[in-house]
Amino acid sequence: MTLATFAKDTRHAFAENPLTLVAVVIFTLLLLCAILGPSLVPYDPLMTDSNARMVPPSWQHWFGTDHLGRDIFSRVVVAARLDLGMAVTAVAASFVIGTSLGAIAGYRGGFVDQLIGRVFDTIMAFPLFVLAMGIVAALGNSVVNIIIATAIINLPFYGRYARAEVNVRRDAAYVEAARMGGNGSVRILARHIVPNILPPMMVQASLNMGWAILNAAGLSFIGLGVRPPEAEWGIMVSEGASYIFSGEWWTFVFPGMALVLAVFCFNLLGDGLRDMIDPRRRT
Amino acid sequence: MTAPPLLKVDKLSLDFRTREGRVKALQDVSFHIDRGEILGIVGESGSGKSVSAFAIMGLLESTAEIGGGSVHFAGADLLADNGAAMRAMRGREISMIFQSPRTALNPIRKVGRQIEDVLRRHGPVTGHEAKKKAIEALERVRIPDSARRYDAYPFELSGGMCQRVMIAMALACRPMLLIADEPTTGLDVTTQAVVMDLIREMVDETRMGALLITHDLGLAGEYCDRIAVMHAGHTVEDAPTEVLLEKAAHPYSARLIAATPAAADEIADLGSIPGGLPDLRRQDLPYCRFRDRCDRRVEVCDAQPLPVTELTGSHLVRCWRPT
Amino acid sequence: MGSAIPSLIGVIIATFLLSRALPGDPAVYFAGPAANAESVQQVRESLGLDKSVPEQFALYVWDLAHGSLGTSLTTGQPVADDLLQRLPASMELTFAALIVAIVVAVPLGVFAAVRPSSFVDHFCRGTVTVAAAFPTFFVALLLVYVFYYLLGWAPQPLGRIDEIYYVAPDTVTGFYLIDTLLAGDSESFRGALAQLVLPTISLALFALAPIARMTRASMLTALGSDFVRTARANGLSGATVLFTYGFRNALLSITNIMGMIFSFLLGSNVLIEQVFGWPGIGAYAVSAVIASDYAAVQGFILMMAVIYVLLNLVVDLLAGLIDPRVRFEG
Repeated sequence: MTLATFAKDTRHAFAENPLTLVAVVIFTLLLLCAILGPSLVPYDPLMTDSNARMVPPSWQHWFGTDHLGRDIFSRVVVAARLDLGMAVTAVAASFVIGTSLGAIAGYRGGFVDQLIGRVFDTIMAFPLFVLAMGIVAALGNSVVNIIIATAIINLPFYGRYARAEVNVRRDAAYVEAARMGGNGSVRILARHIVPNILPPMMVQASLNMGWAILNAAGLSFIGLGVRPPEAEWGIMVSEGASYIFSGEWWTFVFPGMALVLAVFCFNLLGDGLRDMIDPRRRT
Repeated sequence: MTAPPLLKVDKLSLDFRTREGRVKALQDVSFHIDRGEILGIVGESGSGKSVSAFAIMGLLESTAEIGGGSVHFAGADLLADNGAAMRAMRGREISMIFQSPRTALNPIRKVGRQIEDVLRRHGPVTGHEAKKKAIEALERVRIPDSARRYDAYPFELSGGMCQRVMIAMALACRPMLLIADEPTTGLDVTTQAVVMDLIREMVDETRMGALLITHDLGLAGEYCDRIAVMHAGHTVEDAPTEVLLEKAAHPYSARLIAATPAAADEIADLGSIPGGLPDLRRQDLPYCRFRDRCDRRVEVCDAQPLPVTELTGSHLVRCWRPT
Repeated sequence: MGSAIPSLIGVIIATFLLSRALPGDPAVYFAGPAANAESVQQVRESLGLDKSVPEQFALYVWDLAHGSLGTSLTTGQPVADDLLQRLPASMELTFAALIVAIVVAVPLGVFAAVRPSSFVDHFCRGTVTVAAAFPTFFVALLLVYVFYYLLGWAPQPLGRIDEIYYVAPDTVTGFYLIDTLLAGDSESFRGALAQLVLPTISLALFALAPIARMTRASMLTALGSDFVRTARANGLSGATVLFTYGFRNALLSITNIMGMIFSFLLGSNVLIEQVFGWPGIGAYAVSAVIASDYAAVQGFILMMAVIYVLLNLVVDLLAGLIDPRVRFEG
């Protein structure tokens, strides 16, 4: 794919699906929050204020305050770093490890292939969120372990895809040519095979981001990983849920909407990216 | 020839609306088929052969737009017909078979049931009758052990066998016209002959008409009574098979014949046709769409619309300088 | 069948490894936070943690074979008993959500495929994309807020039946909807149904998106296929083409994603049970995780995995019913 056709496909994808543009805007916004969050917000996200408990949304507190008088807007903005950070790290880890394992399995075949395949099959034999719960329960209740759990349950998606693609390409003419040219296995994989399967895998990664965010937030919603008073969307929703019966909706609606926005944005980005990279697969 | 032909396509023009503009897929296409005759339509990919067939069947995509002309079948105007009447006619009076027979049959339905579906659609039959008739239809196309094959799924049959099933399905209601769109593409050579012999036999036996669409002039020459040559949405020549093969008048037909192995004594004698089809999206399509590939081009070719000349009683050619 | 047994073996090995991968001393974990040195030693011996790893594994398998998943620290009951008692609640919710998701999503997808690029198609895609972005637990809370707190249409989200007004049915199947009907108690049936509506919708909503998407895509593929063209060329009626030729073939791809759907439903169950105070195995597992009741957590994971493997087996069998090619391979 030349740069010119890529640019054309990109323009086309935007024209065809203006939502992709919306997604890019939301993405930029989220990125800003994640990078500059603490310096953007009007209040310290951890500062309690006993005089301003459960204040509904107002000019002073755009999203209102929680049961400890903390400013929910500030907390929602600052939480972007932790929520996106967990998801990005987890997806990046499963992308790199899963692709490598899958590529090795597909290239080597035989016992290595079977062993790696078995591992993926075993992961997939569990309902994934349940497995993530189990991993966090076993490894210990911490943010790092949430990331590890999310990465592990995503491994098979990348691994199986990479394996299948490498397996098909292993005997392709250009790979054969590279082999005759005296290139070693690692070099052939890294230079000639993996670059060819990268674009579709990136689409997968971006579609995966939304699900990784949901997964991490779900774990903290049930009380795993992130500990109070840390600002994180899942745990904020969970804390706010206790006040649902007294009608203080803002405590859970705003962090929940932040989650929705982030997931929505990554899903749209993934769809848009797929259209750009592979216009034929548009559905 | 006093009786009107079974099928008459007259000056049919058809465009496809696409994002990049209108594609003038057919222009001024005319041909006819009589009962008991096989007409071959020959041309390279993109020349409009299949589009013509789909236009007759009323199976065009929604982006197709008929610009003019008419299609008459057994006296009825097919283009004027409403959807329901056309649907009732498909499979009962006009049937069509396709290439790649294995994918052209429903992979998860027994072949016998698929034939039954057609029978039930076109006439009130009881379950028992339908099954009997389906097995008969399989027998008619010389499928051995047809009662057992009724229960087979397409993936259990060979490609040639699947094509016979598709023919059985098409002929189950004894139609008057069979359209075969590249029926032997993807089959090996011996199977090709078997399938074509079968179609020829069916035509001779039932006096139906048949339209064979193929890119293979050799195949058409062997099995067809008449051949129409299409190029870039035009019918450029229409003649009885022997006449066309011996005295092709259009330069494109002549080149096609030279490029067909049967006509050459040695591989070295095989001709090729330089150039490709013109871009049919162009607004300024030349009068003669073969112009850029032609070695007989003269001034008048660019200046005036092509005349259709009748060389003998049934030999038509669209060219300023036929031979 | 071919994939179920290796999966089960994998699941047993994985749960064993997880329990032995606990950082520090597993005995401390299993004994729970309130344990003293003595009780830790007891647990160590009862789990065989003083033995070699292969011996431990043999012991683990032996216990499993006898239906023993250990004893829960929080309830003091055998974990297996706890789980089995709570399982019907979870299954009733899961199946209700599955049915709702299929009944809504499949017609939506079919309709969108029949009229591609129409208003309905765009509307479907829009709704489905938005629905896919809503975390189940958040949807659940929103529904509770709107339909319980604001409108008062739904009952208080506390459990499967409001025991102040209704009588819980005698256990036959453990599914309240079925048991109340068996008992002929239409009052309680309505009570149980009312409790079930919101959690079911919350759970079904997220499963809608993948099912509708897959239905649409596979219907488009089927309707654009050569065999549908043949069917049309033979004059078959619109309904026959759509259902016998289009839909039945599309059904194959739809059953193929059911594994993913089940994975999602079983996982999200945990979150939904948490919101609605649903007395199922998910809520049990969450309290076990928080209380570091590891035997209970392990039992829960194992049971979920076994259910999931069995459900996948059912899906495989269904696929075989639909597609003769699968049948002949197997």
